[in-house]
Amino acid sequence: MPIEFTLNAKPQRLNVAPNMPLLWVLRDILGMTGTKFGCGMALCGACTVHINGEAARSCVTPVSSVAGKQVVTIEGLSEDRSHPVQQAWIELDVPQCGYCQSGQIMSAAALLVKNPQPSDAEIDDAMRGNICRCGTYHRIRLAIHRAARLKEPRAESAKAGLGGGELLPTAEFAAQGGGK
Amino acid sequence: MSGRELQRIDRRSFLKGGSLGATGLLIGFYLPALQQAHAADSVTPNSAAPGGRVTLNAWIHVSPDDTVTIFIDKSEMGQSILTGLAMIAADELECDWQKVRTEFAPADKVYFNPQFGAQGTGASTATRTSWEPLRKAGAAARLMLVQAAAQKWGAEVSECRTEKGTILHAKTGRRSTYGSVAEAAGKLPVPQEIPLKDPRDFRIIGKPTRRLDTPDKVSGRTQFGIDVRRENMLYAVVARCPVFGGKVASFDAGRAKAIPGVRHVLQISSGVAVVADDTWTAMEARRALDVKWDEGPNAGATSETIRKLFAERASHPGHVARKDGDPETQIERAARKIEAVYEVPFLAHATMEPQNCTADVTAARCDVWAPTQNQTNAQKTAADITGLDLSKVFVHTTFLGGGFGRRFESDYVSDAVEVSKAVGKPVKVTWSREDDIQHDFYRTASYARFTAGLDAEGWPTVWMNRIACPSIMARFGPLKDNFDSRSVEICDAVPYAVPNILVDYQLADAGIPIGFWRSVGASQNGFFLESFIDEIAAEGNKDPYELRRRLLRNSPRHLRVLETAAEKAGWGVPAPGRFRGIAVVSSYFGYVAQVVEISVDRSKRSLIVHRVVCALDCGRAVNPSSIDAQVKSSVVYALTAALHGEITIDHGRVQQSNFHDYQMLRIADMPVVDVHIIPSELAPTGTGEFAVPPVAPALCNAIFAATGRRIRRLPIRPEDLA
Ligand code: FES
Ligand code: FES
Repeated sequence: MPIEFTLNAKPQRLNVAPNMPLLWVLRDILGMTGTKFGCGMALCGACTVHINGEAARSCVTPVSSVAGKQVVTIEGLSEDRSHPVQQAWIELDVPQCGYCQSGQIMSAAALLVKNPQPSDAEIDDAMRGNICRCGTYHRIRLAIHRAARLKEPRAESAKAGLGGGELLPTAEFAAQGGGK
Repeated sequence: MSGRELQRIDRRSFLKGGSLGATGLLIGFYLPALQQAHAADSVTPNSAAPGGRVTLNAWIHVSPDDTVTIFIDKSEMGQSILTGLAMIAADELECDWQKVRTEFAPADKVYFNPQFGAQGTGASTATRTSWEPLRKAGAAARLMLVQAAAQKWGAEVSECRTEKGTILHAKTGRRSTYGSVAEAAGKLPVPQEIPLKDPRDFRIIGKPTRRLDTPDKVSGRTQFGIDVRRENMLYAVVARCPVFGGKVASFDAGRAKAIPGVRHVLQISSGVAVVADDTWTAMEARRALDVKWDEGPNAGATSETIRKLFAERASHPGHVARKDGDPETQIERAARKIEAVYEVPFLAHATMEPQNCTADVTAARCDVWAPTQNQTNAQKTAADITGLDLSKVFVHTTFLGGGFGRRFESDYVSDAVEVSKAVGKPVKVTWSREDDIQHDFYRTASYARFTAGLDAEGWPTVWMNRIACPSIMARFGPLKDNFDSRSVEICDAVPYAVPNILVDYQLADAGIPIGFWRSVGASQNGFFLESFIDEIAAEGNKDPYELRRRLLRNSPRHLRVLETAAEKAGWGVPAPGRFRGIAVVSSYFGYVAQVVEISVDRSKRSLIVHRVVCALDCGRAVNPSSIDAQVKSSVVYALTAALHGEITIDHGRVQQSNFHDYQMLRIADMPVVDVHIIPSELAPTGTGEFAVPPVAPALCNAIFAATGRRIRRLPIRPEDLA
């Protein structure tokens, strides 16, 4: 029996083993590699996607369980990096190696839907399940606060990163916590 | 250009298969392999490259549409080297930063890192070794573009200036973009006199600059090794013997092969590979494998047997790494004597991206897509397995989801190449997190003994330190006198003015694979040294900062960072309920001092790390934004190790397996980290590692301030906080 669900606003109909985790369906069957494998045990958050708007760990989600549901991955968050979380991430230049960042961004986006103005403690609580081995936590916190202020998706402010990264004015860098 | 030359490259061979058009200006820069620039360098295998070999450090391509492509011969693993190196070249080139693109260079001996005798990224060498050649390459390209424009205009080169990718001739008001003269510039001879900018004129270097790779990293588009897909590719996982050094005795693939989607089960040198249509099926089928292991000679090893071995070795004198004065005699004359033993465990790297590699082996060639820090070794590994000539092995470096030294190894490369060769198709091998934690090349466990003699005023007169641990370098060839300087690095460079010093080393092989782990020997030796100097301060009833200051009075760079960190942290200014510890370590040519501020709840046996104040001297700061990120990253990496990190061995196997029992620092535990960069005109050093070593000792020194308990064994345990 094919499994049907909506992926990034498009219908999907797949013949796959029903117990295959959504993560591997996305990565290996559909070739959507933005969602990452980190632990396979819901311990790291690298594989976070949205299922009916909630952040979920796709590595422990059998694909059969998303039948009839809406799944959004990093590829579907926006087409042009215009989601406020992506914009804030670009402004604050959050990623280092970048491997955990799809999961961080998906967790942050889900948080802001539920809680548009989270405190540091609420951020820590919501993001606890996402490991960043590179230690980008400080900029993640700042970027979530920044995203909370960027109400509307504004494609133009993502331009900073479309080609070369712009210089961050030194004062702005300090103001956003650079050095601190 | 004494001994250095710019070369025009054989563009046919370079551009073949590349993404660049066949036109425009393309130059590369050779630097004859240098003798190591600094005698005390702390680097990897066989670092003395044979004289005369040329090292190509940079390629710059200027295309007719004004795009500037800078080829990056280093691996981007989070440290922002791609952006940093591009900034250095672009500044001298005076191009428009918005038009800069980067590409990873192929594996080729022209990219040999002068310090490794191999193409690789590690030991914080990339910025340091690329600084001069990249500046020269950028300046040379600029000069050629100016010459081409001047020729076109019939003007003098000296009358032209450049700005943001445009050449301007003030007298006539003429202007020309780089792109429009790139073709003509490409036909000019390469200049041999290349003036460099006055650093006061840097426009990009020294400014906090956004990374070039961020946009793709926020949209899931960055291609890590694990994301590589090839037509007809199969997916593999490998069952490895849980005991180090063990082998496959026999295996029954029946149940595994019965699972739909499983294509092959085969033995390779690292174990039994299961090849399937997707990763998950391969992982499931691996569970269904029945493998009998020949566990070999290490089957009885435990953390306790290893610890006893180290302790036993440390009871005998070792190879002397440093001797000043007459420590053996003077220790008997000391007014007071203190002794201590310090221990650290094995640690896994746990890169966020598990190990993986994709290979496509055919009779004619071998392609390898790998998140590798060591292109040369990846290429050689593949050539050895396939029997192909090196020139037929193509290593495509992807982005790395973390490196930390783990990806200096090539074990994942041999997995993929062996399997692809056997099945005749492109194959991606993916390691699970359990594979990654249990089959690492670990940061070694180590054991350090200290004895100090103090005079009647409490100042140290004798410093004796013996280290017993395995050797990383022993993996690459026999050691001379059983001595490995990496095992004692930092400890042999005691910076304190103590007249009698003895540091010696006892080799103790534990049978556990060990390798390079962020900051390598400094990661444990910084803890040893900076904890014991704190003990001396306490024993002599001195403030630990003031004692360091006085004993570092002849080490100005140490002193500067130490004083800066203390001042910024408010050392000596009481903060109710808070306790501070301090440490200063020089590694990788840089200097870092840190003050860690904590509070301890002794009834709950818990602590909070509130703030880490870092002062660093890294020479000229190329990109302060990246340095800030690398220092915070190092603090997280080192705090993770100090608070949680421990790989233990039982029955010859690693007991930890995933993030529930090999824990990582989480966002809620992230302290405030203040980063103070000391302004400097000196050439830049790398900043990816040097902020790791001071963290653990500064933290443990703070715990001592809070509880009076000295922590001599990592990680910190709840009972240490009682
Ligand atoms: S891979 Fe799913 S939580 Fe780690
Ligand atoms: S950016 Fe590397 S793991 Fe988070």
